[in-house]
Amino acid sequence: MTEAIQRKAQGELRLVELERRYDDFIAVNGIDLDVPPGSFFALLGPSGCGKTTTLRMIAGLEEPSSGRIFLGTDDITNTRAHQRRVNTVFQSYALFPHLNILDNVGFGLRQLKVADWKTKAMEALELVKLADRAKQKPRQLSGGMQQRVALARAIVNEPEVLLLDEPLGALDLKLRREMQIELKRIQQEVGITFIHVTHDQEEAMTMADTVAVMRSGNIEQLGAPAELYDNPATAFVANFLGQSNLLPIEVTSVTGERAAVTSHGSTLVAQADTIPDEAPDGLRLGIRPEKLRLVSATDTTWTNKLTGEVSDASFTGVSTTYLVRMPWGQELTVTQPNDGTDRAVLGEQVTIAWDPHHAFMIGRD
Amino acid sequence: MALAVPGARPARRRAARRRGTFTPLLLLAPAMLWLTIFFVIPTFSLASQSLQTGDIDNGFVLTWHFQTYSDALGRYWPQFLRSLIFAGSATLITLIVGYPLAWFIAHRSGRFKTMLLVLVIAPFFTNFLIRTLAWITILTDNGLVTGFFRATGLINVLRWLGLVGNDTLLYSPFAVIAGLAYNFLPFMVLPLYTSLERMDMRLLDAAGDLYANGWHTFWKVIWPLSLPGVVSGTLLTFIPAAGDYINSKLLGNTQTTMIGQVIDAQFLRVLDYPTAAALSFILMATIIVMVGVYVRAAGTEELV
Repeated sequence: MTEAIQRKAQGELRLVELERRYDDFIAVNGIDLDVPPGSFFALLGPSGCGKTTTLRMIAGLEEPSSGRIFLGTDDITNTRAHQRRVNTVFQSYALFPHLNILDNVGFGLRQLKVADWKTKAMEALELVKLADRAKQKPRQLSGGMQQRVALARAIVNEPEVLLLDEPLGALDLKLRREMQIELKRIQQEVGITFIHVTHDQEEAMTMADTVAVMRSGNIEQLGAPAELYDNPATAFVANFLGQSNLLPIEVTSVTGERAAVTSHGSTLVAQADTIPDEAPDGLRLGIRPEKLRLVSATDTTWTNKLTGEVSDASFTGVSTTYLVRMPWGQELTVTQPNDGTDRAVLGEQVTIAWDPHHAFMIGRD
Repeated sequence: MALAVPGARPARRRAARRRGTFTPLLLLAPAMLWLTIFFVIPTFSLASQSLQTGDIDNGFVLTWHFQTYSDALGRYWPQFLRSLIFAGSATLITLIVGYPLAWFIAHRSGRFKTMLLVLVIAPFFTNFLIRTLAWITILTDNGLVTGFFRATGLINVLRWLGLVGNDTLLYSPFAVIAGLAYNFLPFMVLPLYTSLERMDMRLLDAAGDLYANGWHTFWKVIWPLSLPGVVSGTLLTFIPAAGDYINSKLLGNTQTTMIGQVIDAQFLRVLDYPTAAALSFILMATIIVMVGVYVRAAGTEELV
């Protein structure tokens, strides 16, 4: 990457009790957020959770009802979009159809009165590998190329923060995977703070250093992808990031770091440090399908075991996914890697087991 | 492969192909017939008329008398020039008034959109002549408008510009241009509305995000993208306005005569058909050349 664009960003972004109310509902409900400079930050959530509204408030395209936005030490809450050193890659790309690719990419630089805008725009196009398309119009390019032009058009301005609003949403799966890797590479090269809005949990986990899971205008949980996945704080996070089996439990005793719990009459062992502070009742134990194993009923190496009947089995190549019906009617999902172990058949009585370290406890939805 | 197919099938295929080539022609036929009868034939007849000599009592004979053209132009060039200036001014006014109006209807009117669009074309429910006559009342000497122009001193500005002769608004170039602008405003607003309405508003977000303030967003994004609407609106206004003869007749004076009035008089009162036909042809040619240059300059064919 050329030195012109490469630089260490000072882009630290801070949101303080940021809120956006509409007449009849609250889109963003007073969120606090600290995005460290140079990080790849993902806002993840289902549609309508307020993630895009948050992004648009940061961009200056939407006005907050209350709260402040800080970029570095500057309070930018009351500035207009064109006054913020922030650029956006729009979901629809929003390329100017009447301008060619070079003029699209150079648009921001010309507004900023950068003298050598052409050189810089060409460098940005080289970064996204589209330098040979400079003279074409956006409609002559494929969706994936337009997406890269939109990216080049934003990063060429060396913003302190780059906002990405579901930038890969319109691409097909294969292209999306390629662009995920590409975006990550570019982010590491230019060192700009990226804030990426998406509803695709896999995308968020693949790309981001930190993920904030949003739900109904609030940040439900924030952390590194692995942390969120292995120890989700709520049932919503547990199910939004992958699949989870949730067993209702009661804690009977805690000894050291081990907690003895009961679920439907079975005694199980869990990690005491995952007991949430709030809501001691309605407590549930979560285990990811791939952490469950089908074992022999006589196997004594496992502390946590449950038995049930296989009600469904689907073979996907790398693994087999079973639905195992428990005596109390709940079906647990088990993903068994295709590693040569025997496969269970429909209707078979099986024993499922898991390591206490691989389960987490959650208190609320 | 065609060689291998025996018997009746090639014939049928030929028939299918023949039907295929005739369908577009059949579809075009009504329009072609219409244009032939009401445009092509009259154009030739007019061309022939302009090159004839004679008079109404003894009949006209085609003598290829091209001098009629130079005579007509020599005599009536002031009216020609005036027509173009009046029509151009009226077009500019409708653009300046119509653009914000079209923008408002397209993006700011919410549920009143349909109602406002109906209001734009509502004047068409009234006869063109009546609407123009109404302007006599509007601009009358002791009316509100004249009063306002006198009170604010704007009338002196108009007089300095040569748009009014004394301190009355009626029967002046100003009145004619105002009448033209009023009568042709819907022809400007509707195409502008169409092109502004389908504009992707997210492009405005993008422009703002890329450091363009409102003014730059307008000139760099909105205006170029609305050019197709601007071009069709100005053409729909300028072309009929240049040939209009009602506004100058009703709202103007003897010094505001437009070329449409001259043609009207030559055809229906002086009965000098060749001159009238020649003037019509010159007007048509002038407009075609101007439109050609204009459309090419606007470069609308390159726009999406």
